[in-house]
Amino acid sequence: MSRKKLATVWLDGCSGCHMSFLDMDERLIELAAKAELVYSPLVDHKEFPPDVDVTLVEGAVSSEEDLHKIQTIRARTKCLVSLGDCAVTANVPGMRNPFPVIEVYDRAYRENTTLDPGEPNEVVPRLLPHARPVHEVVTVDVFVPGCPPSAGVIYEAVTALLEGKHPDLSAKTRFGA
Amino acid sequence: MTQTGDIKTLKLDGRDVSARADETILQIARQNGIFIPTMCELEGLSSPGACRLCLVEVKGSSKLMPACLTHAEEGMEVTTGSERLVNYRRMIVELFFTERNHVCSVCVSNGNCELQSLAQKVGLTHVHFPYRFPGEQVDASHGRFIADHNRCILCTRCVRVCDEIEGAHTWDVMGRGIQSHVVTDLHEPWGASASCTGCGKCVQVCPTGALFEKGRSVAEMHKRRQFLPYLTLMREGRE
Ligand code: SF4
Ligand code: SF4
Ligand code: SF4
Ligand code: FES
Repeated sequence: MSRKKLATVWLDGCSGCHMSFLDMDERLIELAAKAELVYSPLVDHKEFPPDVDVTLVEGAVSSEEDLHKIQTIRARTKCLVSLGDCAVTANVPGMRNPFPVIEVYDRAYRENTTLDPGEPNEVVPRLLPHARPVHEVVTVDVFVPGCPPSAGVIYEAVTALLEGKHPDLSAKTRFGA
Repeated sequence: MTQTGDIKTLKLDGRDVSARADETILQIARQNGIFIPTMCELEGLSSPGACRLCLVEVKGSSKLMPACLTHAEEGMEVTTGSERLVNYRRMIVELFFTERNHVCSVCVSNGNCELQSLAQKVGLTHVHFPYRFPGEQVDASHGRFIADHNRCILCTRCVRVCDEIEGAHTWDVMGRGIQSHVVTDLHEPWGASASCTGCGKCVQVCPTGALFEKGRSVAEMHKRRQFLPYLTLMREGRE
């Protein structure tokens, strides 16, 4: 059996969903037999490749860079999965949304800085007005709520998707789980 | 209160059931193990019919009826779980999530919240409507309790328990439509309220993390409601 192409991406999230992914422990070896991890913060590929079968997205879409990334990823992915509450609801990164971006910058880069206060104008990507759930920006095929979803839930979702099945996870995970 | 002779026979999801004329479709459904989602209704308080989660279809009527306010009638045929109803219910639950700011992972009620568990029960894995992300206030002026309007779904249980059971009527609703908010006294800080007795009944009946006890952190707020059926029973006995 030829291995499927699996990718994971890290947008505006705490990396907890990726930690939960790693918590699959020995099941990762079993997954490695079924899929090749072609792009991920966990491996060293610089370019998101074309024709990826399943991509797990951690995090909300919060910056110009996130927006650019997710659009490319969507175009190159067959099945896009919102993994975790940040991707599904904007969750914790979305807690800045009631405030104007300028106030967020003020709090982070002016009020609490003594050395060279001011908004960063290089390297750090510009924030969008709101951190948004992924599906408000591009089409998402599967939703896995949870903060983070447990390793068991991720395993069930990924194995089903690699077999081309649509997992029913509503009884097993929820917002905040 | 009850005329024992006045028994109605009706059909609930095709099943023949009998009920007293003063019983609601919701009560009858519960007695027969049929789940109808609810949010504003709470046994022991009056029902305002506000949340519309409990809507059911009644044969011969083009309108949907709130099960919590519709009484049994002879020969009635009620459907509680049609595709149309299931869709409407999911939409209502989704709108609760978009109207304010619900961040379950950091909420005092995470794991013990009626809205959160209802979302799971209706199979919600994401919300189709755009989130509003409104700027909402947190009132921590009371000595023992906090009101976090980010988590309020305007069910008005707090308003009713305070008025109908405690008799203080500290809570009420101010504004209309999307501007509606629950307020204490004449929209004064809760801690400055002259009418609040500090009984905490509002906190205990609140279905979400909107009202909670000070000192509770994430997932630490468990609501205790045992007092409500007890108090209602004692009062009915007195009438
Ligand atoms: S959903 Fe939770 S665990 Fe995952 S990135 Fe967001 S905050 Fe972290
Ligand atoms: S009130 Fe309930 S639904 Fe809202 S954030 Fe808290 S746990 Fe989640
Ligand atoms: S504060 Fe709680 S009980 Fe009162 S209306 Fe809001 S959600 Fe309902
Ligand atoms: S429970 Fe019937 S309208 Fe809210």
